[in-house]
Amino acid sequence: MSAKQASPKPNQPVSKKTNNRNRSQFAEIMRNLKRNKGAVIGICIIALIVVLTVITNLTVDYNEKIIRQVASERLQKPSTEHPFGTDQYGRDIFLRVLYGGRYSLLVGIVAVMVSLSIGGVLGIIAGYFGGLTESIIMRTCDIFSSIPSMLLAICISTAFGANIFILMISVGVVTVPAFARVARASVMTVRDQEFIEAARAIGASRFSIMFTHILPNSLAPIIVQVTMRVGSAIITAASLSFLGLGVPAPAPEWGAMLSEGRSFIRNYSYMTMFPGLAIVLTVLSINLIGDGLRDAMDPKLKR
Amino acid sequence: MHSGPLDLCPSLNPGGSMHKYIISRLLSLIPVILAVSFIVFFIVDLAPGDVVDIIAGTEVSVADKAVMREEMGLNKPLLVRYFRYMGGMLRGDMGISYVTNKNVFDIYMSRLPATLLLASVGTIVALAIAIPLGITAAVHQNTWLDSSSMVIGLLGLSIPTFWLGLMLIIVFSLKLGLFPSIGNQTLLSIVLPAITVGSGQAALTMRTTRSSMLEVIRQDYLSTARAKGVPEKVVIRKHAFKNALIPILTVIGTQFGVALGGAVMTETVFAWPGVGRLLVDSISNRDTLMVTGSIILTTILSSIVMLLIDIAYAFVDPRIKARYVK
Amino acid sequence: MDMSLDIILNVKNLVVHYETESGTVEAVGGIDIALKKKHALGLVGETGAGKTTTARALLRLIPDPPGVVKSGVIELDGDDILKKSVRELETIRGKDISMIFQDPMTALNPVFTVGEQIAESIRLHESVSNKEAYERAKKMLELVGIPGFRAVEYPHQFSGGMKQRVVIAIALACHTKLLIADEPTTALDVTIQAQVLELMKRLKNEYETAMIMITHDLGIVADMCDEVAVMYAGRIIEKGTLEDVFNHTRHPYTEGLFNSLPNIEDRKAKLKPIPGLMPDPTALPEGCAFSPRCPYAKELCGKKRPQPRWISDTHMVECLRYEEPVFRIVREDIN
Repeated sequence: MSAKQASPKPNQPVSKKTNNRNRSQFAEIMRNLKRNKGAVIGICIIALIVVLTVITNLTVDYNEKIIRQVASERLQKPSTEHPFGTDQYGRDIFLRVLYGGRYSLLVGIVAVMVSLSIGGVLGIIAGYFGGLTESIIMRTCDIFSSIPSMLLAICISTAFGANIFILMISVGVVTVPAFARVARASVMTVRDQEFIEAARAIGASRFSIMFTHILPNSLAPIIVQVTMRVGSAIITAASLSFLGLGVPAPAPEWGAMLSEGRSFIRNYSYMTMFPGLAIVLTVLSINLIGDGLRDAMDPKLKR
Repeated sequence: MHSGPLDLCPSLNPGGSMHKYIISRLLSLIPVILAVSFIVFFIVDLAPGDVVDIIAGTEVSVADKAVMREEMGLNKPLLVRYFRYMGGMLRGDMGISYVTNKNVFDIYMSRLPATLLLASVGTIVALAIAIPLGITAAVHQNTWLDSSSMVIGLLGLSIPTFWLGLMLIIVFSLKLGLFPSIGNQTLLSIVLPAITVGSGQAALTMRTTRSSMLEVIRQDYLSTARAKGVPEKVVIRKHAFKNALIPILTVIGTQFGVALGGAVMTETVFAWPGVGRLLVDSISNRDTLMVTGSIILTTILSSIVMLLIDIAYAFVDPRIKARYVK
Repeated sequence: MDMSLDIILNVKNLVVHYETESGTVEAVGGIDIALKKKHALGLVGETGAGKTTTARALLRLIPDPPGVVKSGVIELDGDDILKKSVRELETIRGKDISMIFQDPMTALNPVFTVGEQIAESIRLHESVSNKEAYERAKKMLELVGIPGFRAVEYPHQFSGGMKQRVVIAIALACHTKLLIADEPTTALDVTIQAQVLELMKRLKNEYETAMIMITHDLGIVADMCDEVAVMYAGRIIEKGTLEDVFNHTRHPYTEGLFNSLPNIEDRKAKLKPIPGLMPDPTALPEGCAFSPRCPYAKELCGKKRPQPRWISDTHMVECLRYEEPVFRIVREDIN
C-alpha cells in the first residue's frame, strides 16, 4: 500500500474498526447484563413504574382526581376503593402516588443529564488538556464538592424558589463534580494508550481524537455513574420537596406527600408509607440496574 | 496487634515529618474555606429580595428601604460586602439573626453539640454494621453471605433517610412505644435518630469496605504472609485490612459530610435540636443571615473532618505521608 | 534405600488439578522429586509448565477452589505435608520450608516496615520477646547486605533488588530447611540478578539449606544447582545431576532448550526456537505431551504416554524413543 492510500484525511473517523468493536462490546455487555438477576429484576420494576406513571398521567384528569378536595372522603384507611387510602383532603393516595412518579422520574433524569453534560464535558476537557486547565477545573470541582451536597442543593433552592426547574438545576449542579472526576479519570486512562498516539501520528486533529476515540472508550465508567446518580438524584429531590423546597403543593410529589403525611403519622401512618415505598422501589430498581451494568462492564470486579 | 518498637509511631521519629504534614494540610484548607464561603454568599445574594425586605415588611416605602440599605451597606459591590462578611467571621460576627436578635455565630455554636453527638453516634453505628459486613462479604465472595450483604447494602442506598426515620418512628415509637420520637430529653432519644443517620452511611461504607478488601485480597504480599506461616485470620485482620483501610477512611470522611447534610433531614423528622433543624427553621423564617452562616459553618466543619481523615491516612499508609513531606 | 536419611524432600506422584467452569486443567500430572539435604534443585521449564503450581503445592498454598491436590505424597524430612492440619502447616511454613515469590515489587506489605515484616516471621516460630525478634530482624538485614538501621523504613523506600534481599531475609530468618525460590531474579536487572544470586548461594551454604530454584534460565541453573529437573506440560520429562542433564542431555525438549540459547561464539547463526506452543492444559494429547513439536517423534509417541526411564542411578528421561536401543538425539555428550 502506498503512503497516500494508507493515511486517511483528518477529521474522519480514523478507523471503522473502533465502531465495530464498540458494537460487539455493546452486545457482550448486554449479554452479561441479562445474566445478572438483580439487573433483570430492576429493569422489570422500573419498566412497570414507568408504564404505570405514563398511563396514569395520560388518562387521569389532574384537576379532577389529583388535587380536588373531597371532604367527605377524608382520611380513609386503605380499602378496595382506595388501595392506599385517602389523605387529609380526601384525595386518593394511590392515584397521587402513581401520578407523582412523573416528578421523581423527570427530575432524576433531567438533573443527571444536566450534570452529565456540564460535568462530563468539563472532565473530558480537563483530562485531555491537562496542565493549568485541568488544575482550574478540578480545583473548582473540589471546592464545590466540599460543600455537603444536601446543603448546596438547599442553598440553591432557597435562593431561587421552589419549583421543578430550580429543583432539577440544583440537584444537577450538586452532582457535576462527581461526573467531572469520573470523566477526567476515564479520559486519562484512555489518553495514554497507544492507539491515541497512533491516531495523532497520522494527523488526526485534537478534537476528532477527543470525540471519536477517547469518548467511546471512556464511556463505561461514565454510564455506570449515570445510573448510580439517578437514584440519588431522586432521593435528593424528594428530600428537598419534603423540606418544602422542591415541587410545591398541591402537586403529588412523593417527598411533598410524605411531608404532608407526617402531621398525621400518629393515627394515619399509611399516609407516610406508600409514597416512601414508591421512592424506595424506584431507586432500588435503578440501583440494581446500575450495579448490574457495572458488573457487566468490568467482570474483573466481580470475580 | 503488635509492632516493632519504632514501628508504633514512626512519626515520632526525630524529623517531625508529621508536623509538617499536618500544617501543610491545614494551610490548604484556607483557600477552600474562602472559596466556599464566597460561593454560598454569592448564591444567597442572587436571591431576589434581601434582609431589608424581610425586616421592613410591606408597610415601609421603597424610598425608606433604600435608605435602610444604604445604612446597612447593602448597596456596596458584592466583593466588598463579601470581605466585610469574612472579616466579621474571623471575629466571630456573622450578623444578627433577625428572628432571635442574637448573634448568628453564637446560635450556631449553641446548637452544634447536638448535631455532633448525633453524627458521631450515627457514624459509630454505621461502622459497627458496615465494616464487619463488608469484610465478611469480601472474604466469602460469591457465596450467599456476599450476595445478601450486597442486597442489604443496595437497599440501604435506596431508602431515603427521612423516610427511614418516619418508618422507625411508626414501628418503634408509636406502635411499640420503645423510644421517643421527638427531641433529645432522655438517653433513649438518640437511638432512633442515630440508627437513621447510621443506616444511610452504612450502605456505602459497607460496599466500599467490600470492594477495597477484594482488591487487597488478591495482592502478592498476602501470599508472602501466608508463606511465612501467618494464620489466615491474622492475614485478613492485620495484613489485608490495614491496606484496605485507605479507601474506607475516604468513605467515612465523605460520609460524615453526607451525614452532616443528611442531619438536616433526620433532625427535621425527629425534631432534634441541632444545626440541621436550625437551617430548616431559618429557611422557613427567611432568616437569610442565619441560612448563610449555617451553611458556611457546616461546610467548614465538614472540611475539618476531611482534614482529620487525611491526617489519619498518613498514619495508615506511609507512602502518602512521603508524598506530602518532601 | 540408605539414601533416605539424606533426603529432605520426597515427593511422589503429585497430581494437581485446577477445576474451573471451563474445564479441568491438569497443572501437575504426577511428578516425583527426591531432594538431598543441602542440595539445590533447578526446576526448569517454560511458563505454564507447572513449576509454580508445584512450588505452591509444596507449601499447600494453592487456592482451594479451584485448585485441588488430587493425589501424591509430599514428605518434608519424613513428615507428609499433605496430611497436616492447617495449624500444623502454619508452624511449618516460614520455619521448615520457605518460599520466595517472583515479583519483589509486590511481595512486601506496603504499610509495615521491613524490620517488622522480618520480625513477624521470627516471632511466629520462635519464642522470643518482641524486642529480641526485632534485633534479630536487624541482623538478618545486615546479613543480606542492608544496613540494620534501615529496618524502620518502608518497602517503597527500597529498590527492586533490595526489596528482593528483604524477601530473602524473611525467608531465611528462621533457618529454614528448604527454600523454594520462584524465579527470584526474573524481575530484576541483570547486574542486580548476579548480586542476588551470589547472596543466595552464600546464605544457602552458610545455613545448609536445601533449595529448589524455579527458573526458565539455564544459566542460573548452571551457576546455582546440583540437580536439575525439566518440566513440560505438568510432567518432569528429564531429571538428573547438573552433569547428567547439561552434558549428557537425553530428552528432545531439553535439547531444544539448549539449542534455543544464542551462541555467543557464532553470532551470525540463526536463532533456533522450538517450533509450536505448549499444549492447552485442558486438552492434553493422549501420548507424549511434547510429541506434536518433537523433531524425533514417531507415530507411537502420540498414542502412548512415556513412563520414567532410568538411564543411570541419577538420570531419568521420559521418552518412548529410548526404548529403541540405538536412539540418540543430535546434541552430543560433553565429557
